[in-house]
Amino acid sequence: MSDHSITETPMQKDRAVTIFERSRPGRRAATLPPVDVPERPLDELIPAHLRRERPAELPEVSEPEIVRHYNRISRRNYDLDTGLYPLGSCTMKHNPRLNERVAGLPGHARLHPAQDPKRAQGALELMWLLGEALAELCGLPHVSLQPSAGAHGELAGLLLTRAYHADRGERRTTVLTPDTAHGTNPASVTMAGYQLVKVATDERGGVDVADLRSKVTDEIACMMLTNPNTLGLFDENITEIASVVHEAGGTLYYDGANLNAIMGHSRPGDMGFDIVHVNLHKSFSQPHGGGGPGSGPIAVSDRIEPYLPVPRVARRDPGNGSSPIYDLDHERPKSIGRLRGFQGNFGVFVRAYAYILSLGGDGLAEASETAVLNANYLLARLREGRAAKYLPPAFERRCMHEFVLSGRPAKRELEVTTLDIAKRLLDFGFHPPTIYFPLLVEESMMVEPTETETRESLGAFADAIEEILAEAERDPELLKQAPYSTPVRRLDETAAARRPVVRQALGA
Amino acid sequence: MTRYTSATDADRREMLARIGASTVDELFAELPAEVRLDREVGLAPAMAETEVYDVLARLASRNAHAEDELCFIGAGMYDHYVPALVDAITQRSEFLTPYTPYQPEVSQGHLQAMFEFQTAMSELTGLPVSNASLYEGPSSVAAAGYLAAGVTGRRRFVCSRGLHPHSREALATYSEGYGTEIAEVGLDGGVTDPAGLAEALDGDTAAVFLQTPNFLGAIEDVATLAVRAKDAGALVVVSVDPMTLGVLRPPGELGADIALGEGQPLGGRLDFGGPSFGFFCGTDEHLRRMPGRIAGETTDVEGRRGYVLALQTREQHIRRERATHNICTSQALNALGGIVYLSWLGKQGLVELGELLAQRTAYARDRLSAIEGVGLIHSAPVVREFGLRLAVPVAEVLDRCAAEGIAAGYPLGRDYPEHEDGLLVAITERRTRGDIDRLAGALGRAVADSRTPKPRTPEVVRS
Repeated sequence: MSDHSITETPMQKDRAVTIFERSRPGRRAATLPPVDVPERPLDELIPAHLRRERPAELPEVSEPEIVRHYNRISRRNYDLDTGLYPLGSCTMKHNPRLNERVAGLPGHARLHPAQDPKRAQGALELMWLLGEALAELCGLPHVSLQPSAGAHGELAGLLLTRAYHADRGERRTTVLTPDTAHGTNPASVTMAGYQLVKVATDERGGVDVADLRSKVTDEIACMMLTNPNTLGLFDENITEIASVVHEAGGTLYYDGANLNAIMGHSRPGDMGFDIVHVNLHKSFSQPHGGGGPGSGPIAVSDRIEPYLPVPRVARRDPGNGSSPIYDLDHERPKSIGRLRGFQGNFGVFVRAYAYILSLGGDGLAEASETAVLNANYLLARLREGRAAKYLPPAFERRCMHEFVLSGRPAKRELEVTTLDIAKRLLDFGFHPPTIYFPLLVEESMMVEPTETETRESLGAFADAIEEILAEAERDPELLKQAPYSTPVRRLDETAAARRPVVRQALGA
Repeated sequence: MTRYTSATDADRREMLARIGASTVDELFAELPAEVRLDREVGLAPAMAETEVYDVLARLASRNAHAEDELCFIGAGMYDHYVPALVDAITQRSEFLTPYTPYQPEVSQGHLQAMFEFQTAMSELTGLPVSNASLYEGPSSVAAAGYLAAGVTGRRRFVCSRGLHPHSREALATYSEGYGTEIAEVGLDGGVTDPAGLAEALDGDTAAVFLQTPNFLGAIEDVATLAVRAKDAGALVVVSVDPMTLGVLRPPGELGADIALGEGQPLGGRLDFGGPSFGFFCGTDEHLRRMPGRIAGETTDVEGRRGYVLALQTREQHIRRERATHNICTSQALNALGGIVYLSWLGKQGLVELGELLAQRTAYARDRLSAIEGVGLIHSAPVVREFGLRLAVPVAEVLDRCAAEGIAAGYPLGRDYPEHEDGLLVAITERRTRGDIDRLAGALGRAVADSRTPKPRTPEVVRS
């Protein structure tokens, strides 16, 4: 037991019990419709050697038990509807309930993906309209909604790049990313069969253009960037970077994770990007659901368009004053092909489109303004207190929608790490920011408050950081053992990696 | 001010003063003029909530959906009943609105649900380990290809033509990146031709991809095919419809190294194709190479049981270019729906449902293939889906059935030119005997009418 142990809270006393442990033989929740057709011996339908001998050990529980079980465990989660969730690069903005309602309309929720397109005109029109809106926001004319998430969009972008070069008879082998890139970027580079080349960051936090120039060769297929970057800083040299990459014959890929900073103010297409992915679960309010579902549509320039995934939504104007007709176009000979089944995460498209209509063009621009205002306000508040000393900004610049702090002084002077500060924040009722990313900054803490937080909630967070750093001055051990009040305390992740237990053992 | 932001003019003044700026625009000063948008963004102005609802409801009303027509379309996603408690639980704020559980102390709800999900999927497929879900079915097949190429160092895949066309296409798309060739094995009598498989295998084959029941509904003899694949040193990847695993022998008992598939039937909506989830199960040997999140059990500093994201050193945020996959999401909410659904169905329910599907499907298959001008594509055993062959153009029949409020099935012609006359029909527990009889009536009329020279004008758009 620790020095700072406290009495167990009721939640902590309520030890984790799985749904399998609640199972009792003979209990059940589902009642099924009767067999209403002439029943035949199963052996006649499916030969015995193809059939299961022993039923799968699924739980045997009644409906009230299921509801109670999942309600109880749900309370062991922190969630955005309850409080601030300032995770950098994740854009945890409010998830409007209206979007859930419209996504649940039977015309959306019970529409079969293989429905004849002429009988799914509303869905295809919605996809078309969403694509048009994203094209306008990105400054790139052609959109595919198919990728399922940001990383899926990245893979699509790299495969598009490969197809584009192959079509020109070129075979290129390397992809550049800044050393501040999201981890998915390098992983996508490998999956797409390219070699990664890292580009350094300059003293202002942007791409080191001299280093870039030294690494650009005719082997370069693509450069992947986000702007503002993962330090929350806008790269002022973006047009120069674009021309360096373009002159070498590469494509420029925009990781849209940070689009929330610039909607309606600046467009990746106008910066020179050829391919952009947009995270509908970040900038466009799709709930994160505990880590998915998301959606990562891509917008591309004219030269990339022939290679977009199939199928594409097509619109035909029959003339004679009747409304346009929508279809799915599969006949695209230069396409990279499919990335997944059917048309993409349509339910997410509905929510994103409802969000775009709710805010409108002016509202989206205001959302970005407020996101930037909120981040700068929180940064200013932190600079007024002990954070200036122990947890200062990694770069002395105004930030965009997020900023990165470094806990290096706290570690040196107080012997508390960024992890300790993050864990102590849990006791204060806040979800901590992203920590230890970007890798470039020692003991980093990456804070993105989003536009949907109030001035008061930002102030409360700044106050909590102040109080925690004051605690650290008095008693660093208090932080090292935090959290105390959460449903469980620090967990042994090393044991979980060394001897992984990834399923429950069930009696046969 | 938008309805989702709170900064009033007074707030802005106070905040800007603290920042030391006079206008919000000043905060954007570092954006060079040449990349600033010098006009209003070209989107309509904000709408009231009620107006947004009306726009979306109007779009939804232009779709013919399973609430008001009989849906016999399957092809990988099925119109099963989603129990009320699945929606009630997945719509709870505590499950709907958190991020990925990077802070396990305050994410035990989702982590435990993932662990339970993994246990259930592992039980269903008969393989020892499962991940916490991937995007959806076909991209999970592609992910298995990436794993197999990495594990074996080989450069060829052999793929059954019975594998979902979207899975085959996704696998081909991904393979283009890391440079793997794909050979296809045809079907014979509705199932993968074992001789063709033997011929296609060679020493450079990384994996064999099968699906059971396959796209045409036929149950494959996976065990026999797997033996041949293993003799060639290839991994056996089997895509399965989880809803059939109450009655079908699990892939883990048939020699599969990896079993995966589309999770939508397990408590997921149709949603015009997504979001759903993909599941991915394998042997212990491949645990450290698996794509996606995996929850693991451990203890906290006071010895209480708890859960964490295990084996994160496989993942992109740690391993970067050496990660086992680029995926950085599970479909946590959909997979939660999956475990809630499986708990609802329970040990007996899954078996009963599988048997119900098999009985109704047998009835439908007999009933429909008895219609004049309608035959079977194959007579192999099926569980819940089967292929018909029509003596008249399929598109015309579909239009005629649609006019009677029935989506009769999935036309096979685009994906299988050899079955230009083919129609795939799927049954769920929502399609009663009466519904099947209605389909039989409509199909009979449609086929008969299509043989007469005077076709009706097909419905174009529902209003």
